[in-house]
Amino acid sequence: MNELKLQQLEQTALRVRERIIQLATDGGCFLGASLSATDLIVYLYQEFLNIDPQNLSDPDRDYLFLSKGHDVPALYGTLVEMGVLEAERLQNHLSTNDHIYWHPNTKVPAIEFHSGSLGHLPAVAVGVAMDIKISGGNNRVVCILGDGELNEGSVWEAVLVAHAHKLDNLIFVVDRNHFQANMATEELIPLEPLVDKFEAFGWEVCRINGHNFMDLEEAFADLPYKKNKPSIVIADTVRGKGLPSIEARADRWFCNFTASEIEQLLQELHGEHAATLASETLVVR
Amino acid sequence: MYEELLKEMALADERIVVMTAENRALIRNLPAVLGKRFIDTGITEQCMVGAAAGLALRGRIPVLHALASFLSMRAFEFVRTDAGIPNLPVKLSAFIPGFLSDGNGPTHQAIEDVSLMRGIPSMQVFAPADAQELGLMLPLILQSPQPAYIRICHRESTYQHQTEVAIGKAEVIAEGKDVTLLTYGFMLEQTLIAAAILREEGLSVGVVNMRTLKPIDQALLLRLATESDLLVTIEDHFITGGLYSIVAEVLLKHQQTAKVLPIALEEKWFKPARLPEVLAYEGFTGKQMAEKILGYTTQAFQPAIEQTAFAE
Repeated sequence: MNELKLQQLEQTALRVRERIIQLATDGGCFLGASLSATDLIVYLYQEFLNIDPQNLSDPDRDYLFLSKGHDVPALYGTLVEMGVLEAERLQNHLSTNDHIYWHPNTKVPAIEFHSGSLGHLPAVAVGVAMDIKISGGNNRVVCILGDGELNEGSVWEAVLVAHAHKLDNLIFVVDRNHFQANMATEELIPLEPLVDKFEAFGWEVCRINGHNFMDLEEAFADLPYKKNKPSIVIADTVRGKGLPSIEARADRWFCNFTASEIEQLLQELHGEHAATLASETLVVR
Repeated sequence: MYEELLKEMALADERIVVMTAENRALIRNLPAVLGKRFIDTGITEQCMVGAAAGLALRGRIPVLHALASFLSMRAFEFVRTDAGIPNLPVKLSAFIPGFLSDGNGPTHQAIEDVSLMRGIPSMQVFAPADAQELGLMLPLILQSPQPAYIRICHRESTYQHQTEVAIGKAEVIAEGKDVTLLTYGFMLEQTLIAAAILREEGLSVGVVNMRTLKPIDQALLLRLATESDLLVTIEDHFITGGLYSIVAEVLLKHQQTAKVLPIALEEKWFKPARLPEVLAYEGFTGKQMAEKILGYTTQAFQPAIEQTAFAE
């Protein structure tokens, strides 16, 4: 990846993070989980997925399924960058006048399937990948999962079935931010060794730093990793990435800040002084 | 017969894929015929339903062949969320519902399935009474753009159905002034016996095969409520949420009253056994039901009930 491309991606991700932070008020959003997935989502749409903003229903397009639906602010921001979602619509967040809320839905352009209930879209993605095999297309199917989501048994059903059906057009991406709603994953339901788990299920695994665009470029350069095998990218990330005052904290999952706190957080994002946050931490689960 | 029907329909329409969660007993010959359009996901009802939504998203019409209890309950949230919310044409072909699970035990008794499935906004709920009727209904069900739950009963029957079928229309087998028996699916067999016994006792007896439980034939129910002195709902389902509830909802919605006697499973699972013994034990033979309605015992003859073939 050349320097210019890298800078462009970093600038895009920065703008997406600004938009995410602006949604963390007046009702709030799942800020920590959105910031951890931002670089992944930006990279996939800008560099990897064959999705034409001018022709979203192109039958040859790639599919992205956001199974970890609560990070949808990162997707909203990315779709604004792509020019498929008007930036003004984000001002309708949580308003009955629009369809912009805490989880993805198909009233938003380019969103292929709704989510919110964890552990559903791995199966839906498997079905789409199966049909592409039956119909004979070259479309690729990407499904982004949270690490906490891996607690759901239905994820592992899909993992077994994708392997059995040799779905090498299917790629899972785990946003491994090391936290689930209330606490560190390893404190509640330990997931490690995660690479070994997926390898044992017959998947080809790549583990990278999910905030490093060079790493991402390498991970997505040559898919599938092996013919007839599904691929998974485990992307180590940081919950709340970009905002040191909330980074990697168990108590900053869902956030609803005041307007002045949002201003401070935007300054913090741009490397200025850290925000002083008085708003209570919220856990909605 | 069921297998032949599915085969014909799938061969005639490229969009149809047949899926199963390893319930192959009744469809052993389909893999060879359908090739890639036969998908066995193993014992994964949740994944199968989610994957069906994915296939439907791409324009397929998935027919999911699995046990009624696991399709309607194990995978319920997947049905509701992945097929129901986006209104995708996922067709749940639910085997051994109600009494047809005979000796399996309560884990396999789908006797709340109508209640669950009709609670999903876009879902259509069908209950064919036998093989002939299933054959009449299946083309309509597959043509509908909505998700569907089919309470499969494909037993052979000597009853010849009126061949005109329509979604949301019941089959009126007989009209009766004194009592009208309302039923669906497998229970039609015994309901016809009950009706014959009631007639021998001098009553004017109507029989209605509901065929579709959602949408429901409201106009018919409202008419029967005024034209028949007593309505009897007969179902191998919990009393909550099935046909008795549906009749109550329709009457209340239209501020109409009627005498309604429910024959259903009340707050308990049924005794697992061979099918004829289940019916006799639970009081669901034609003769037992007729006597319950009459309030006295008779010397009527109860024909033998055919045992089901093992379906799994």
